[in-house]
Amino acid sequence: MYSRQFLEELYRTLYTIRVFETECIKLYRQGLIIGYFHPYLGEEAIATGVCAALREDDYIVSTHRGHGHCIARGGELKKMVAEVLGREAGYCRGRGGSMHIADIETGNIGANGIVGGGIPIGVGAGLGIHVRGGDQVVAIFFSDGACNNGVFAESLNLAAIWDLPVVFVLENNQYAVSSPIEEMSRIPDLHRRAEGYGVAAHAVDGNDVLAVYEKTKEAIEACRNGKGPVMIEAKTYRHGGHHVNDPGLYMPKEMLEYYKARDPVKLARERLATQGQCNEGDIAAIEQQVVEAMEQAVEYAKDCPAPSVEEFLKEVEQN
Amino acid sequence: MSQDKSKPGTSTVRQLKYREALNEALREELQRDERVFVIGGGIGQRGGSYKVTVGLLDEFGPRRIIDAPIAEASFTGAGVGAAITGMRPVVEILFVDFTSLIIDQIVNQAAKYRFMSGGKGRVPMVLRTQGGSGNGLAAQHSQSLEAWYYHIPGLKVVMPSTAYDAKGLLKSAIRDDDPVIFIEHKLLYMTECHVPQDEYTIELGVGDIKRRGDDVTIVAWSNMVPRVLSAAEKLAAEGIEVEVIDPRTLVPLDKHLILESVKKTEHLVIVQEAVRRGGVASDIASVVQAEAFDYLDAPIEIVAGKNTPIPFNVQLEKASVPQEADVIEAVQKVLHL
Repeated sequence: MYSRQFLEELYRTLYTIRVFETECIKLYRQGLIIGYFHPYLGEEAIATGVCAALREDDYIVSTHRGHGHCIARGGELKKMVAEVLGREAGYCRGRGGSMHIADIETGNIGANGIVGGGIPIGVGAGLGIHVRGGDQVVAIFFSDGACNNGVFAESLNLAAIWDLPVVFVLENNQYAVSSPIEEMSRIPDLHRRAEGYGVAAHAVDGNDVLAVYEKTKEAIEACRNGKGPVMIEAKTYRHGGHHVNDPGLYMPKEMLEYYKARDPVKLARERLATQGQCNEGDIAAIEQQVVEAMEQAVEYAKDCPAPSVEEFLKEVEQN
Repeated sequence: MSQDKSKPGTSTVRQLKYREALNEALREELQRDERVFVIGGGIGQRGGSYKVTVGLLDEFGPRRIIDAPIAEASFTGAGVGAAITGMRPVVEILFVDFTSLIIDQIVNQAAKYRFMSGGKGRVPMVLRTQGGSGNGLAAQHSQSLEAWYYHIPGLKVVMPSTAYDAKGLLKSAIRDDDPVIFIEHKLLYMTECHVPQDEYTIELGVGDIKRRGDDVTIVAWSNMVPRVLSAAEKLAAEGIEVEVIDPRTLVPLDKHLILESVKKTEHLVIVQEAVRRGGVASDIASVVQAEAFDYLDAPIEIVAGKNTPIPFNVQLEKASVPQEADVIEAVQKVLHL
């Protein structure tokens, strides 16, 4: 049903996100990355599945936990590492950091430090398409935490009344920072809220990259045919705390074990072996390529100069 | 009175109201650039509470003149997203007071996007709103909140005082590549002045001398300009010639025009309707004392709103914002009269 090449590409993306996050956490522990860093570990299948279904001229809106979205959308590791290290060669010239990576060229409108803040912006990208005409689509990534913010409700309604080509991708990792969703919402199946706005919604296993891909493909198809918006709730679980310095002690061990047994990277690897007929050597070769690419990106970024303070002050003077 | 080079000295004297001039600016820009669209509450068939968008729905249709639900944060955010992806939205928020609901989208998103993206992203969006007191609308519909936006790097702030300025500035704001907070005044919509038929724009950051004089400089904007001009006439009868500077845009601020005037008159009064505390007037005073201290013959006087929510009762409302008599008193004070 799926070509070997397609399954390889999916796995390469999933594995790249995994390696990027793992290596960056090491850099963080070495003190080379500072500030907030929110790993996407455990959620890789969602960004990968969604972005695989998008077209080159579509848009995505990301979140504070946005490295995976950027990579899945075709972001460059070198520019990403350079940015999280605060270098001039980074995506934001060292002025944005982990929470603000945007890559306009790949249609990545950007990550966002404000939970929920990107939802109306994504609706606006959809509104722009509506005003211009055309069949582009916007995928808005947001979390269960954002669902309890006012702009979620407002934005869902705006997209609904204007039939906007927007796929709302709800990454339900079951924690709003540290608060479990069942304590923050009487209805933990958050996609059920969409019905109240007249928006079609579907739940999907967020750890299964192909399931995410298929559901997104359907949603995008609907949007391109003027039958948007659509919501997809992808249930998943973080492999750690909210950010790199949060040990996540509030996360029950058995939950973590359950979801780690259903690790999206592992599942995709198994798929590649069975459905893609890839042998262990082929898979290891892909992994080796990814590891090397990341090593090169880290070496490159470490050698990149920091932004010039004088130049910054000169720019600021014009404000 | 205006010093605009762009203002042609034609003999066809066409008078337009402030709201009509704004309407004309929107219509011209909608015709000129198909990326421009307008979004807000009740702006379509109703034409907006202050009739600024009258007739636009009929001419440009519901795809470009979009009535939004009362969801300010999100339809403003939608403007931000549309702007990032290549459109030129004009978002209307009915009262500047309601911009409290959109602060995240303006302050954390629109204002910072260009910077945070390393200069690659742009948010060419105009936020049109109106503020000010004088209509008995009480504390939640009468504020002057320009200082909030003046304070945020990444935003431009425009506050026109005449129909002529309103039109030329709105056109420039729509063509600008950065987010512009465009604050109109509810008492100005029915005021009128000459607005030429021929197209013109007014560059953001260029102030205007609304009246020439040698004795004292008054800096004022928005609805304080007509009030100050009226005070200036009374002072002229006493032999005091006031120079009235309207910066028109607070960000960027035409520092040069203010400083040159102060160097000439050696006296400065700044008049703002907004509450005194943390206001733009204080900041302009700090600029002038830093850059023209030696020219000043007297301490700078600030005439500002009282530090209070705007009261409903008409007498209390008047007492809470600068009136003509307050301006005259301040001028006499700086001149040691």
